Amino acid sequence: MTSLPADGLIVVAKADCPTCRLIEPLLTELSAAGPLQVLVQDDPEFAASLPSTHFDQSLEHSWRLNTEFVPTLIRFENGQETARTYGWDKAEWRAISGLTDLGEELPVMRPGCGSKTLEPGIAEKLELAFGDVKLQSREIDVSAEDDDIEACYARGWSDGLPVVPPTAVRVLRMLKGTQRDPQEVIGIMPPDLVPCTVEKVAINAVMAGCKPEYMPVLLAALEASLDDDFGLHGLICTTMFGSPMIMVNGPIAKAIGMNSGNNALGQGNRANATIGRALQLIIRNVGGGRPGEIDRATLGNPGKYTFCFAEAEDSDWLPLAQERGIPAGRSAVTIFPGEGVQGIIDQKSRDPESLARSIAESLRAVDNVKLAMAGDAVLVVAPDHARIFIEAGWSKQRLREKLEQLLLAPGENLVTGARGMAEGIPEKFRDKQVPKFRPGGLLIVRAGGTAGLFSAIIAGWAASGPVGSSPVTREVTL
Amino acid sequence: MNESILLDPTAENAPAERARLPRPDNLDGKVVGLLDISKPRGNVFLDRIEEQLSAIGVSVKRYSKPTFTRPAPTELKQQIAGEVDVLVEGLAD
Repeated sequence: MTSLPADGLIVVAKADCPTCRLIEPLLTELSAAGPLQVLVQDDPEFAASLPSTHFDQSLEHSWRLNTEFVPTLIRFENGQETARTYGWDKAEWRAISGLTDLGEELPVMRPGCGSKTLEPGIAEKLELAFGDVKLQSREIDVSAEDDDIEACYARGWSDGLPVVPPTAVRVLRMLKGTQRDPQEVIGIMPPDLVPCTVEKVAINAVMAGCKPEYMPVLLAALEASLDDDFGLHGLICTTMFGSPMIMVNGPIAKAIGMNSGNNALGQGNRANATIGRALQLIIRNVGGGRPGEIDRATLGNPGKYTFCFAEAEDSDWLPLAQERGIPAGRSAVTIFPGEGVQGIIDQKSRDPESLARSIAESLRAVDNVKLAMAGDAVLVVAPDHARIFIEAGWSKQRLREKLEQLLLAPGENLVTGARGMAEGIPEKFRDKQVPKFRPGGLLIVRAGGTAGLFSAIIAGWAASGPVGSSPVTREVTL
Repeated sequence: MNESILLDPTAENAPAERARLPRPDNLDGKVVGLLDISKPRGNVFLDRIEEQLSAIGVSVKRYSKPTFTRPAPTELKQQIAGEVDVLVEGLAD
């Protein structure tokens, strides 16, 4: 790289810019008056007659000078920048150059153009080439293969759906979504127990299709998953169904366009789809949790591609994150070892007692109607059902207490062998009233479209609680 | 910039195959640990192993993990490493 003068003027220009063409004739005059370095971004023919013109083809000078517009006029004294103007502003150019009659025939002012350094896709390349960010991940050259998406499949990086190839430019762009250092270790990723850096998170987020603004939610979800209470290690390796499911509360959900309404548990929303998927790809690629290997799931569930949604918060029911200790107005994720979705259809109940009874009966199916205090569950109440409770003055807490009461069952019906079924709880519960869920094991959220008298059950892992997995809530920090 | 350079999304150090420790030629004078990971009926399997080892005069120590869902606690791993020469673990149910 040619070195720039420690004293004198620098002009950064682009032949493609009409204002640069306008001032091109003035450069001879400026050059005659003192040291001048002209940096041209796009065409070596521009001001080529001047000895000090440099074709800044790599754009390194332009980038290091933080050039945002062309033309830009800069004065250096003793190696330090002392003055700068951009576009054509007759008074400014005269003041900085010291030439009092510079550009007499030119108009008073003409705006310039954007610097080539800021064109889409170029800024990140320049930052990678010349900036302080140094990505540490191993570079994989796939140039010998016809298709980079196929190359990702071939390396086993995909969940079965196409991934966005993680180029350095895309990864750098993803890292702009967080203030955190790319080399910060978020935690030790099971099952291989390897450190997971923000950079590895960003690579997998690129592959999943995330936008950079999703990074704070994804990082919070990963941190929650790695909390010891969540027991991710066992959850990845189990033969059972569950896998991390992400529920988002607070202003971030709207800010990044998450879906809490129609089809909230389904497809079609980029944030819902890709945040959940990115977490799964991190488990697969960083942690090594691949199905058929250490992921021993017998059946699995479709949520292992992605399972992430936002709560449809309203003023009458306390949002999940607030029930779990996050102050109002803050954003948070709650991670839960979810199985699939079991719908509850009740289109006839119009009072809370009837509806609570039908929801309670449906909840008995979690794990097995004869099992109790095994798996936790999330009850997703759609707005039409929620309205029946809310109009009757029932809080979420009241609904939960009512369900817990309705779900108490005589142990004699549940013990192993009872009712002609070997499956069941231990004999010692025969004479007891047995709760379906352990204390704190039933979570309630409101989500879904505004038409439909439905709710849904998302069962958790049958090893819930301290023996396996407990839900974990983490605040999202930007 | 080569667009065909991708950044590795994996832990990079994962699959390098670790060599196994050499197996003992025989169990003479050795202490064998039996680790129950707390899955159902693991004890049935390990009881039978203990019976057979005891019958040939091998001394046996029994251990169990608090839950199969997590790796063994460090204290337990250290205890086992200090007390036995060989460990048999009952995986799965």
